[in-house]
Amino acid sequence: MRPSVVKAKPADALKDASMIKQKEMMANHYNRLTSSQENGEKVASTFVPGNLNELIMCFDLVNNLPEVNAIQSGLRKQSGAYIMEAERSGHSEDVCTYVKSDLGMMMKGNIGPNGKELPKPDVLLLSYTGCFTFLKWFELLREQYKCPTIFLQTPYMADGKVTPNMIQYMVKQLKEDVIPTLEEVSGVKFDIDRLREYLGKSAKAEDDLVYILQSGKNKPSPIDAYFGGIYYIGPIFGAFRGTDDAIDYYRFLREEVDQRMLKGLGPVTPDGPMGEEKYRLVVEGPPNYTSFRQFWKMFYEEGATVVASSYTKVGGTYDYGFRHDPDRPLETLAEYCLGVYTNRSLPMRIDMLTDYINEYEADGLLINSIKSCNSFSAGQLLIMREVEKRTGKPAAFIETDLVDPRYFSAANVKNRLESYFQMVEQKRSGKGVAA
Amino acid sequence: MRTFVGIDLGSTTTKAVLMDEQEQVLGRGITNSRSNYETACSVATEEAKIDARFTLFRREFGGEGSLSGEVEEFLTKLESSFRLEQFLQQLADLEETCTRLVRGERFEKIGEGVKSTLAEVFRRLRKEAPAMYAPGAERKSDFFRDIAGSRYLAVAEEVGREADIPYDILLNIYDKSIIAVENRPPSGSLNEKFRKALERVAKEDADVTAELGKKAEHALGIELEETYLVGTGYGRVTLPFSKEHIRSEILCHGLGAHMMYPKTRTVLDIGGQDTKGIQVDPSGIVENFQMNDRCAAGCGRYLGYIADEMNMGLHELGPLAMKSGKPARINSTCTVFAGAELRDRLALGEKREDILAGLHRAIILRAVSILSRSGGVADQMTFTGGVAKNEAAVRELKKLILENYGDVTININPDSIYTGALGGAEFARRAAEGRTEGMEA
Repeated sequence: MRPSVVKAKPADALKDASMIKQKEMMANHYNRLTSSQENGEKVASTFVPGNLNELIMCFDLVNNLPEVNAIQSGLRKQSGAYIMEAERSGHSEDVCTYVKSDLGMMMKGNIGPNGKELPKPDVLLLSYTGCFTFLKWFELLREQYKCPTIFLQTPYMADGKVTPNMIQYMVKQLKEDVIPTLEEVSGVKFDIDRLREYLGKSAKAEDDLVYILQSGKNKPSPIDAYFGGIYYIGPIFGAFRGTDDAIDYYRFLREEVDQRMLKGLGPVTPDGPMGEEKYRLVVEGPPNYTSFRQFWKMFYEEGATVVASSYTKVGGTYDYGFRHDPDRPLETLAEYCLGVYTNRSLPMRIDMLTDYINEYEADGLLINSIKSCNSFSAGQLLIMREVEKRTGKPAAFIETDLVDPRYFSAANVKNRLESYFQMVEQKRSGKGVAA
Repeated sequence: MRTFVGIDLGSTTTKAVLMDEQEQVLGRGITNSRSNYETACSVATEEAKIDARFTLFRREFGGEGSLSGEVEEFLTKLESSFRLEQFLQQLADLEETCTRLVRGERFEKIGEGVKSTLAEVFRRLRKEAPAMYAPGAERKSDFFRDIAGSRYLAVAEEVGREADIPYDILLNIYDKSIIAVENRPPSGSLNEKFRKALERVAKEDADVTAELGKKAEHALGIELEETYLVGTGYGRVTLPFSKEHIRSEILCHGLGAHMMYPKTRTVLDIGGQDTKGIQVDPSGIVENFQMNDRCAAGCGRYLGYIADEMNMGLHELGPLAMKSGKPARINSTCTVFAGAELRDRLALGEKREDILAGLHRAIILRAVSILSRSGGVADQMTFTGGVAKNEAAVRELKKLILENYGDVTININPDSIYTGALGGAEFARRAAEGRTEGMEA
């Protein structure tokens, strides 16, 4: 008899305590979602950028985020099949892969990451923040679910600033459209003091989040603000902002980061603590989720830490002092939506990335350009050139996709990354030396 | 003497450059990458060492520039003789491998017949070999696989017919054997092969060679020490090199182009499966780059498919395209659709040269787009990679650069295929010197 071949199992990814806690929170939330019907809870589907979680909670609604569902499908290697399913039903190859993953998932029974069916939404709440595709996405979902749709229009920050008019315009919509519809759908009367309470809690967690994200200024950075950052933004940009759970989580995380800083340690990677910090990068653009760990490995293996990223501002931007303000409850919601990264003009993004490179003392800018995400990708090469010019630091460009595994070419990405790291080194040590 | 080796493991070919301490290229070697990078690597290195020997012979004979006609003739003879020697040794290996395969049930009845047929095939191949390697003789390829393969197939068909041995059996034996032979790293001492080659030349022309032979013997005595090696290219990670010995091909191409043409500021490299636009500073340091993503449309391999589809040699495409008076308008450079597009257009009655000219233009359009995304084209520009050898591609490139960037000097080195390996060798030289620019901090 031939001896049976024992296959070595891939080592489980190492996670620090906060990551485990975060995973539990997310799992609890999915369980709440999938049992919402039996618990008599109603569901609001909404998007991450500029989501109004505090307001949603005022109506006892459970927050469901289709992009996060797509990310979960990507991380679980299911998005590829979902996308093909959506393509079979007529969606072209170039359509946003979040959309196709979500639609494909619906076609295949809408099974969530906990293996149970996700609920039908009772309302679709769209706070439009710089992504035109969101509009079309909810149009498709409305067709499917025949439920009320609320469209909160967020003006684009084309001129680089928030004007009183913009706020008034949004507050008016909140008062006249968003709140009345949510009251109607939920049967719960709006209580502004309840909103104030949630907003106060948001601000508390936000303070800690900012502290954590800005810890990347230390050398070595105790966090990876891109790959690790994805974990960190999960609760605040999802269903937890405004809750005690979020306050606890960010306090816990802050202490963990403090500990690492005290010991002069870098971030924890799936293969254990990060080795020597050789490169400090600022990354622009979303990550790839289908090969998340492999992608991250290409960085930490080479000693590259991401010290700041624009993606961690995709739900809202706190760098310039914004916090949810209980004293101006509706205005603060408007400002939150307006400040979202994708709602910022190209010059604003350039300023922000330039600031990051300077303030975080980074070696340069890396852009991960997403094939199917135009709201991020349009103009990225121009951004790169300009940031390069202003900072004098080398920049590089890689191309992947959010959740479509067909658009992640490991050899190609690795080749570019390695070239970039070597380029940074060359720049660092070779300036002014004749060859 | 101390030498520095740069190896570029491309998807199609593997290149090696051997450099001396004075930054002079001693030798260059190239081979097909096969499915075995390690062998490709050692074959290319050996080829570079062979080439280096000839450089050393030239130096021994009084310099690399002008040598007397007599010496040139001697060197040409010596090279032919050496190549013949190399070929015969590999042919012997091939014969042995083929013969060894003739066993088992399948050959129970015909085994002896097959064996004697093989013996006859190889006898004829050996017999015709000297003519193939006579000075001045044209060979379609320098790779053993191509030369031995095409001749074996032709001769085996003939001999097989005479001996009544089915052709497909002989073909099958060859197919299995060539892979094994090709993937065996080169064996035997190089100097030994050189000595045999010297003997052969001496036999033909005793007077001339006595003196020159002695000098050549002396040059053979110089040991080529591999002081430091740097690998680059797609196969680099599969090699048993440690990290310090690996450089990205983008950096190697940038530095290599700078070494060939120090005024280079923009590099375009079109290789087998990628196209790169690179911007370098005045000292050859890469400032920016762009390359094709995920899809190899419009790269060298595309031309390879087209050549196959048209049943032509890769090197014949350019000259045919040059004959076109009215290039076809082709937008897709998708390698997978190349065949369909081609047949479609041929069926519509378009001329082969016009289609080819259109295809070349499409490739260059894509390359220019990558260049523009990398930061445009600055004076001077250096064009590298296998496609730089294609005159039709070069013509289109010149046209498009002139239209878009004005009068820019475009450098194309006859040895441009070695650009990456050259950069690698220079990185190796610097690393051995302990100089840090472009190296680890």
